[in-house]
Amino acid sequence: MSTAPRLTALDTLHRSLGATMTDFAGWDMPLRYASERDEHNAVRTKAGLFDLSHMGEITLTGPEAVKALDYALVGNISTVGVGRARYTHICQEDGGIVDDLIVYRLGETEFMVVANASNAQVVLDALTERAAGFDTVVRDDRDAYALLAVQGPESPGILASLTDADLDGLKYYAGLPGTVAGVPALIARTGYTGEDGFELFVSPEHAVELWQALTKAGEGVGLVPAGLSCRDTLRLEAGMPLYGHELTTSLTPFDAGLGRVVKFEKEGDFVGRAALEAAAERAAGNPPRKLVGLIAEGRRVPRAGFPVVAGGEVIGEVTSGAPSPTLGKPIAMAYVDAAHAAPGTSGVGVDIRGTHEPYEVVALPFYKRQK
Amino acid sequence: MSNPQQLRYSKEHEWLSTAEDGVATVGITEFAATALGDVVYAQLPEVGDTVTAGETCGELESTKSVSDLYSPVTGEVVEANQDVVDDPALVNTAPFEGGWLFKVRVAEEPADLLSADEYAKLTAGN
Repeated sequence: MSTAPRLTALDTLHRSLGATMTDFAGWDMPLRYASERDEHNAVRTKAGLFDLSHMGEITLTGPEAVKALDYALVGNISTVGVGRARYTHICQEDGGIVDDLIVYRLGETEFMVVANASNAQVVLDALTERAAGFDTVVRDDRDAYALLAVQGPESPGILASLTDADLDGLKYYAGLPGTVAGVPALIARTGYTGEDGFELFVSPEHAVELWQALTKAGEGVGLVPAGLSCRDTLRLEAGMPLYGHELTTSLTPFDAGLGRVVKFEKEGDFVGRAALEAAAERAAGNPPRKLVGLIAEGRRVPRAGFPVVAGGEVIGEVTSGAPSPTLGKPIAMAYVDAAHAAPGTSGVGVDIRGTHEPYEVVALPFYKRQK
Repeated sequence: MSNPQQLRYSKEHEWLSTAEDGVATVGITEFAATALGDVVYAQLPEVGDTVTAGETCGELESTKSVSDLYSPVTGEVVEANQDVVDDPALVNTAPFEGGWLFKVRVAEEPADLLSADEYAKLTAGN
């Protein structure tokens, strides 16, 4: 694309903080402010503040919004209570994953769907088309929200100092409307880091004010601005898939080891049902490849697309790889042939620019926080 | 960021010290280190290797990518910085000092090495 990148409401602020910016799905986003390793470690041990305004919000309202979502998505949206959220997928008729999503039920007849930036338009188009027969309105709210995330063990304390909202009552994957630092916000206990944390959906005109208030509130407890680079290593350690890497239109949720998000028991038909039933059977009986974790014995870093090898044969492909700050070793997620997918399988390596580097096969995730 | 005046620079963002007894030190610039992000792995040329100006002689791996290391001069490697192999973050924290990469007995220098001011102009606006 030759068009100018889109800027978030916090763009000037990122530049004043000296951020290294990167193009992400047509947006100019902060990659890191200083050391991405320090940012990563801050989120694991203290707190990090992210601008995620590139994420795509789509709102469905109306008496049949819930029916429309049950038809359009693979999850059972009817069972999501008001004020709760659900991780789900939207699939093609052939079962291929269009995107992974979080659906927030804001009211009995109001839902907010959050799509990946790179897929927001495709998801909006699909939802609009799939909702056409239902009494619901699909609204493009991409420009209606800035999204700030506070992630890490100190985040509840930081947020509590700025809001009267009942954070103790706000469980993981729940969201409630409230006021943070005087700014109206949808406060959600969600994230993509493997840590406790919050995502705050606010009007873009309030984004700078909220960022500054959070920065000040986090000053004494080690909150740092955090970029997309550490977001990627945080989610990788937490074993969370990323669209375009672990999830693509050529894979079903069952291929990706996420069959649990597909709810066949829900009422009525949904897009992809027949293909997904076949995919479920295939995955249970004779899975082609499985998603596994790999930990390096050496120091060279596997990258997306590198072949996974055993006995001189290619047995899989790396989908994401990075040096893990928490483990101190390179790690990767990879799809490998089922015969080599069991944790502890020996003789597995990654072809790193012609050299077969030894890797240990492990179960995901690499990192789980202590609760 | 300031580039030391006494060094010379390649367009591939390596720096080269003035040779003493024919041996010069090579590293990457602060500009390059910042662009790379946290360096996590350094594969340096080995003692005795012949390096050629403008050709790759190793690699530097950071969180997001791997980059080839180019030699700014032609000559024979006489030392590789083991401190950087053990702690690659030195490349980020002290690119012009403790984060040097290797020492080379210079056989031939290309004519197009840049002064600190010329290098600053090359990287301005980035």
